[in-house]
Amino acid sequence: MDYPLLHVLHRDVEKQFCLRYMKIGLFVPCYVDALYPEVGVATYKLLRHYGLDVDYPEKQTCCGQPMGNAGFQTMAHQLVENYDALFQKYDYVVAPSASCAAYVRFFHPDITNHACKAAAKTMDVVEFLHDVLKVDKVPGRFPHKVSVHNSCHGVRELGLSSPSERNIAPFSKIKDLLGLVEGITVMEPERPDECCGFGGMFSVEEPDVSTRMGTEKVNRHIATGAEYVTGPDSSCLMHMQGVAKRQGLPIKFIHIVEILAAGL
Amino acid sequence: MSTKHSLAAEKFIQDSNRVTRHDQTFWSVRAKRDAQAHDLSEWEDLREAASQIKKHTVTHLADYLQKFEENATRNGVHVHWAKDAAEYNDIVMQILTEHQVHKVVKSKSMLTEECHLNEHLEKHGIEVVETDLGERILQMMKLAPSHIVMPAIHITREQVGHCFEEQIQSEKGNYDPTYLTRCARYHLRDNFMTAECGMTGANFGIAETGDVVVCTNEGNADMSTSVPKLHIVSMGLEKLIPNYEAMGVFHRLLARCGTGQATTVYTSHFRKPRPGGEMHIILVDNGRSSILGDEEHWQTLKCMRCGACMNTCPVYRRSGGYSYTYFIPGPIGINLGMLKDRNANYHNVSACTLCCSCDNVCPVKVDLSTQIYRWRQRLDSWGKANSMKKAMSKGMKLMFEHPALYGTALKMAPMANILPRWMTNVRMNAWAKGHEMPEFAKKSFHAQWKDLKKGGQK
Repeated sequence: MDYPLLHVLHRDVEKQFCLRYMKIGLFVPCYVDALYPEVGVATYKLLRHYGLDVDYPEKQTCCGQPMGNAGFQTMAHQLVENYDALFQKYDYVVAPSASCAAYVRFFHPDITNHACKAAAKTMDVVEFLHDVLKVDKVPGRFPHKVSVHNSCHGVRELGLSSPSERNIAPFSKIKDLLGLVEGITVMEPERPDECCGFGGMFSVEEPDVSTRMGTEKVNRHIATGAEYVTGPDSSCLMHMQGVAKRQGLPIKFIHIVEILAAGL
Repeated sequence: MSTKHSLAAEKFIQDSNRVTRHDQTFWSVRAKRDAQAHDLSEWEDLREAASQIKKHTVTHLADYLQKFEENATRNGVHVHWAKDAAEYNDIVMQILTEHQVHKVVKSKSMLTEECHLNEHLEKHGIEVVETDLGERILQMMKLAPSHIVMPAIHITREQVGHCFEEQIQSEKGNYDPTYLTRCARYHLRDNFMTAECGMTGANFGIAETGDVVVCTNEGNADMSTSVPKLHIVSMGLEKLIPNYEAMGVFHRLLARCGTGQATTVYTSHFRKPRPGGEMHIILVDNGRSSILGDEEHWQTLKCMRCGACMNTCPVYRRSGGYSYTYFIPGPIGINLGMLKDRNANYHNVSACTLCCSCDNVCPVKVDLSTQIYRWRQRLDSWGKANSMKKAMSKGMKLMFEHPALYGTALKMAPMANILPRWMTNVRMNAWAKGHEMPEFAKKSFHAQWKDLKKGGQK
């Protein structure tokens, strides 16, 4: 829908107007649903805080990435069709999981062999807040030192931050958002975007390499002096949390929306 | 059902200090590469140009090959064509026999590794001496390269010292790098002086002039071709580029990506035979033209073997070159190995977290991780899929396609939390090898939604 009159109005008015009429579909990926529902809750509360109309279609399950990355993309076919049918009516689909959002956006069309309306509108919550809502205030107050975990698919597929391999002007949507949080101290580990070694079923097919990578990554986060590791992807956090717990490494893990929405 | 890579990696990782050394060595090369990349403001444009030039060349390969052959022949070079490794080895052997060669000095060539040339020549009584220092050390130790650019980087100087004590009578217990390098130098000098043939690979073949360009850091290609009168170049079809303008692009990328140097110490251009000498170029296909016809994997032909994808690969750095079944390890090796012989090399397809770092360092933008993802999709149809992963995927398909079943599973899941640790941390559970199990939430997001919605609308 186009509102030509709006062009003469003040940009903020336009923004408020559009936000009011925007319908958001909330996609809470399967493992977040089962293991980290608080991340889904924080996302919902945060989007509502910005006055958005948020809906959660209850028949949603999984985006199909676990099967796809393991080599069974064909088993994900029906899930992808279901996703498209469930979510295509929304203006945006927002998911608090960078890797799932990237899989939907970049892999779904190849799996179905047709354009996926929902996939084109799916965004990770960080890029949605940063690029669409362009928020300049967040409700969260978080007087702690955190170390940012730049998840691979967030960095290299969604472009949440500039990949260290590339010669492009450095940016980080994650740090931009965390910078709005009152009281926070934001750190980054040495090798800021090296993989933590999760890789979906990589972690069970190559458990030794996966654990070794996870251990090194957790130790680099600890070396920043941070109390928390935070990032846009609970799957990386889950992997590192499992490794840290096994080895008794002293650091906590928290999804970035839980920080942005702290206190809501 | 574990892949050979994962089993070999398990062993490699047991020596924690070795992993640390291996990882830090290659990470430091990656860091040097980054410094070079960030030093050139046109870096990303260079990568794009290199990618486009390679795409253009391989999609006009027949024309450029013909042009290359014409120009090289005009320069007085003998050009040969080999369809596969056997034909290539025969051509080399034939040239050597005609010239009554007993000893060959070789500068580094991955193509000769690919075709097992050394074994072939030795079988026919010809002495082969590798002249790249790393390759020479490995040859003495009877080991294969563990990396394509730094083949012996996994060997310590003490190991080199022991080897030299035995083979070239260096001083016992003297492991000083300068001393050992000097020993190697004297040893190689003798060989340069007595060999009747010098063999080199080719980093680039230039169609417009018929030139061959070889990049080394040790000058050994120049030594190999300056003493013997006979020079044989082995060149894969994909090494061709159109002209010297293109060469300018690739020359700026190769060493920066490979070792983090602005340029290799020596860049040697060979155009015609030395006075009184002979020069041969053998153009080798060995599967390359079939790769060109492969819609999903043709981009591997753009590769110029800089090794940057290995250096950045977090799995390579922590599992070492010998954990892979193909002689080229890392992301490009996973793909080339599959193209060469999928039954022998499907074991490497597990060695990737799909982190996409390789895609971003590759100077010619080969879609490395996408290709690995594609191989994984095909393993099942060849009967090579991991049965555990297949069972897990089937289970997920069943559960996720049926929201009611998924809902029930969500409700039941927290019961797993109260299982005693010895029941979940079993051997069958590969996750439990290095991780504690995550805890299921008492109330899933699904279960909380209705209340949340009521609260949210207030």
